[in-house]
Amino acid sequence: MSINPDQAIKFSPMHRLQWEEAQQKDVILYPEGMVELNQSSAEILKLCDGSRKPDQIIADLEQKFATTGLTNDITAFLEVALKNGWIQQN
Amino acid sequence: MAGSNKTSITPPRWLLAELTYACPLQCPYCSNPIDYANYQSELDTEDWKRVLTEARKMGAVQLGFSGGEPLTRKDLPELVKHAKNLGYYSNLITSGYGLTEEKIVELKEAGLDHIQVSIQASSQELNDHIAGTTSFRHKKEVAHLVKKHGYPMVLCVVIHRENIHQMPEILAMAEELGADYLELANTQYYGWAHANRDLLLPTKEQFEQAEQIAQAFKEKVAGKMKIYYVVPDFHEDRPKACMNGWGTTFLTIAPDGVALPCHSARDLPGLDCPNVKDYSIDQIWHESKAFNFFRGYEWMKEPCSSCDEKEKDFGGCRCQAYLLTGDMYAADPVCSKSPNHSVIQEAIDSAKASALSDHEKPLIFRNSKNSRRLS
Ligand code: SF4
Ligand code: SF4
Repeated sequence: MSINPDQAIKFSPMHRLQWEEAQQKDVILYPEGMVELNQSSAEILKLCDGSRKPDQIIADLEQKFATTGLTNDITAFLEVALKNGWIQQN
Repeated sequence: MAGSNKTSITPPRWLLAELTYACPLQCPYCSNPIDYANYQSELDTEDWKRVLTEARKMGAVQLGFSGGEPLTRKDLPELVKHAKNLGYYSNLITSGYGLTEEKIVELKEAGLDHIQVSIQASSQELNDHIAGTTSFRHKKEVAHLVKKHGYPMVLCVVIHRENIHQMPEILAMAEELGADYLELANTQYYGWAHANRDLLLPTKEQFEQAEQIAQAFKEKVAGKMKIYYVVPDFHEDRPKACMNGWGTTFLTIAPDGVALPCHSARDLPGLDCPNVKDYSIDQIWHESKAFNFFRGYEWMKEPCSSCDEKEKDFGGCRCQAYLLTGDMYAADPVCSKSPNHSVIQEAIDSAKASALSDHEKPLIFRNSKNSRRLS
């Protein structure tokens, strides 16, 4: 299973992404578990809303943070997210 | 030294709300206290709402509604709704008994995130025997309905000597039911399971075989189903890091409002576990004797106090140390460094002898009559 560059990515309906005030962090919640996210991972996941393909997510983030060369980092994270079931394609 | 702990107290992340001890099932491994029938009073709706609100404010985010059977509480949908408004991720931990499609929809609308259904075995006969109640077909039906209404579905099967031989069938059943998660919970020997240990504890060979089968299955379903495997600590040589460390993560509230650092803590002597009717959750978490009792490492004895693994397992489970050695400050006897480690082998031998004898004593089922008789 790996990321298909031609398909939009959406966040899994079986998980919940949420800002935690007490922890000052975004977290992913799922049955009996929680993953704490760093800021960049959270920014990537927030763009997985079913409307953007991978290159669109990269372009949007590079624009947002006024930088380039994020492709490898973002792609690597998306692969991890897919493997963990946090995001989906199709 | 007393103050040194204080600064490092982390907030609770997990709130386990044991809404009631009432349950139509009679599982002989139930983790409720043996004397549960003595605790008749239950918190009312307003008290539960306050507990939820206060714990959430401190940082609790995972919420388990359990029991007993939480569905016996009429105010469950109201509590779920309150939890939803507060931003909890709420888990319903149920036997499935009495769960109808109407209720599943009602709870979904109230904001419930997930339902965990427990099944006792892969065959009707054994399930209904262990549950002490006819329930197998209904549980399977419930599992289908949980999926149908878009919940992540966690199937939980408690493993012990009566059902461990069914491992292949249990896995096939989880697949057939479309479980998103399968929790294979090797019995932990507290409460009722402790009383029934001779009849429930499998042999090492049985464990190893079952674990191998589960491991192969895990690889097969990777990406489709996640497996949580609760290890059988009697066959390990290091104890589990119980509760992720005392008073660091978990807050359990018993049906009568007693706050517990772990669900068996009410059996430990001299902890004076506080009641939420008398104190705020903040006071309980930070200031109570019970929650500070085994925080940190100060309380430890040898071999734990000078052990370089103490930050990994915190000396293991306090309740297990107390149950098996009579000393709640002792190392968990599961640890091979414990001077009491031989009690584990004795338990394994005793269970094996019981399995081989032709007049095995019967299981003690969890019900009010047995509870009163034994307490
Ligand atoms: S373990 Fe069985 S008897 Fe105990 S509360 Fe759960 S369903 Fe009821
Ligand atoms: S001696 Fe105590 S701290 Fe060390 S490994 Fe054993 S239980 Fe853990």
